Amino acid sequence: MLALRDVTKTFGARVAVDHVSLTVARGTTRILLGSSGSGKSTILRLILGLLRPDHGEISVDGGMGYVVQEGALYPHLTARQNATLPARAQEWSTARMAERLDVLAKLVALDPDLLDLYPAELSGGQRQRVGLARALMLDPPVLLLDEPLGALDPISRAELQTHLVAIFRELGKTVLFVTHDVREAFLFGSTITLLDNGRVVQEGTFEDLARRPAERYVAEFLRAQVPPPDMTAYL
Amino acid sequence: MTPRRAGAFIIGLTVVGIALAMFGRAAAPATPVRVGSKSFTESYVVAEIVARVIEEVAEASVERRFGLGGTGIAFGALASGEIDVYPEYTGTISRAILKDASVTTIDALRSRLRPLGLTISDPLGFANTYALAVARATATRLGLRTISDLARHPGLTAAFDPGFIDRDDGWRGLRRHYGLPLTRVTGMEHALTYQAVASGHVDVIDVFSTDGQLERYDLVVLEDDRHFFPEYAAVLLARASLPERLPRTWSALRERLAGRIDRLTMVRLNAAVELDHRTFAQAAATFLGDRDAAQPARRHDLIGDVGRLTLEHLALVAVSLAVAVAIGLPLGLVAARHRVVGQVELMSVGVLQTIPALALLAFMIPLFGIGKLPALVALSLYALLPIVRNTYAGVSSLDRQLVDMAAVMQLGRWQRLAWIELPLASVTIMAGIKTAAVLTVGTATLAAFIGGGGYGTLIVTGLALNDVRMILAGAIPAALMALAIHVAFEALDRLVVPRPLRGARDTA
Repeated sequence: MLALRDVTKTFGARVAVDHVSLTVARGTTRILLGSSGSGKSTILRLILGLLRPDHGEISVDGGMGYVVQEGALYPHLTARQNATLPARAQEWSTARMAERLDVLAKLVALDPDLLDLYPAELSGGQRQRVGLARALMLDPPVLLLDEPLGALDPISRAELQTHLVAIFRELGKTVLFVTHDVREAFLFGSTITLLDNGRVVQEGTFEDLARRPAERYVAEFLRAQVPPPDMTAYL
Repeated sequence: MTPRRAGAFIIGLTVVGIALAMFGRAAAPATPVRVGSKSFTESYVVAEIVARVIEEVAEASVERRFGLGGTGIAFGALASGEIDVYPEYTGTISRAILKDASVTTIDALRSRLRPLGLTISDPLGFANTYALAVARATATRLGLRTISDLARHPGLTAAFDPGFIDRDDGWRGLRRHYGLPLTRVTGMEHALTYQAVASGHVDVIDVFSTDGQLERYDLVVLEDDRHFFPEYAAVLLARASLPERLPRTWSALRERLAGRIDRLTMVRLNAAVELDHRTFAQAAATFLGDRDAAQPARRHDLIGDVGRLTLEHLALVAVSLAVAVAIGLPLGLVAARHRVVGQVELMSVGVLQTIPALALLAFMIPLFGIGKLPALVALSLYALLPIVRNTYAGVSSLDRQLVDMAAVMQLGRWQRLAWIELPLASVTIMAGIKTAAVLTVGTATLAAFIGGGGYGTLIVTGLALNDVRMILAGAIPAALMALAIHVAFEALDRLVVPRPLRGARDTA
């Protein structure tokens, strides 16, 4: 389980996270939706312990895996070295690391031939798959993903979206998935928490948000990303 | 690394440094008489004469520690007991050392030196006073005969030794005393001013009344008609313990030297070295009447020592660089972690860099004596800035996401340092070390001023002899070594910097 109780974080005069409470039940996926600057990433950084809340409590049971937009792979390490780094820190044997990486490479659909390349030699999608494998290396119960698909081209993005939905379901992880993309939020089909200016605006299924918006902002946010109807007709 | 462990590491290094320093001092044999000299011909020659007389008496052996820069370094070495005796001048003792121009007689000087544990011999005979000289052609053209005559020609240019310009008994006082209007005055190493005046680049230079070069360049010494310059009578400045410890030696020095070297003799000895290319030893032997040793053979070629000096120089650079890395790298890392500590550190290291290298060397003498150790300490301090600064810059400017990710993965402090931070910052850190290495090759040439050896030995001696060939024999290999070290570091980069980061250097 992952829980935030009345968490507030300010940077100088700016309130980045404003009395946010949030509970993600074990084994479920929660979408944290909002535009940039809405406080989504700050919430992840608070959960990870990279920032300290001014107020409120955060509890997480078990270790966490973290995936970010650009992948945050270490440029001087190969894909294999990047993915196994958390295991190396725990002093796993080489054999055990190789075995685990085998399993993970299959899971995230990463060609084993790519494992000995450096990040600069991989495509954006491949880098994200390595980043995901690294986050899963120690099999943490909780996964935090910060716009993991944000920097990808539309095709690898769509491909990885479907893939992630399947992986999360299969592994039964507690997932907090940050995105600004309404289509992505819809695709995961789980509970959505919509943020604006560090504040929780509404929490519910996509249908709740679309049919019963708590504020005008909810409807505006969802509508802004709808493709024009005459465009959909072509597709 | 916890702050406590980092602290312990730095303290450890300091302890090792101090231990090395004490070892260095303890290793110096106590029995021989250590004869020093400043780094100009006359001082070398007189010191060599002194050394030979002491050797003849055979009451004690002799250790020659010649070429110890100027008054600051030579007197510093004497005051801290690194040498026992060196040739000095009464005017310098009263003004530059005692800082009291009213002390002029030998007895007065002796009684003022006694509390310092020092003494002087009776005057050797010659006086080496400051004087101003002009080319004969200039003197004839403008009718210059005395210093007063200069007042009529405010447009003349002058080049003076930096040590002369800033002294009350030098240019500053002279200008006041005579009301001289000269404004075009530049500082120039004494040995170079002769060429400057001979080639017509400047009109007036400062000289010493016993300079052998006066003949070679056909210069006219302007008469000090208003008696500004005090007398600089040559004496031996010694530790008071020397006459007590070796009375026979001291009385032999008095008998053989006191009042025995007149001004013309000294000019001839200086000229023998500077014009006739005799060694200091041959000139000294000539004076002592040792015909065999005075034979005009080719001057022992210091240039033939380039191989040995290369090793010495390389050792100076390598050891001081290694120490600077061992201290600078942790300092840079600490600076990157604690903002306030970092700023204080960077400022201190920066201030260190503003101390002129020769001054820093002079400061080292009371702490570490003379020779290789103080040179290594000074060079290490000098090499710190680029290493600390680049380590700090490299580590504190790392991509925040990459640093955060390491924290999320719960890497230990050392793992983070060794696997992530140092490799990622390696390009910047190596650039700092490379800069320090190349700078140190140049700065290390100054080590010779405190007896540290290396290529500077050729440059210092060459400057003293005004021997351009010898200066170049030191300066060119030093430049080549700087190039070689640059190339070597390019190769070292390939070992240290991870392959994927190497390209980044061009875009960074």
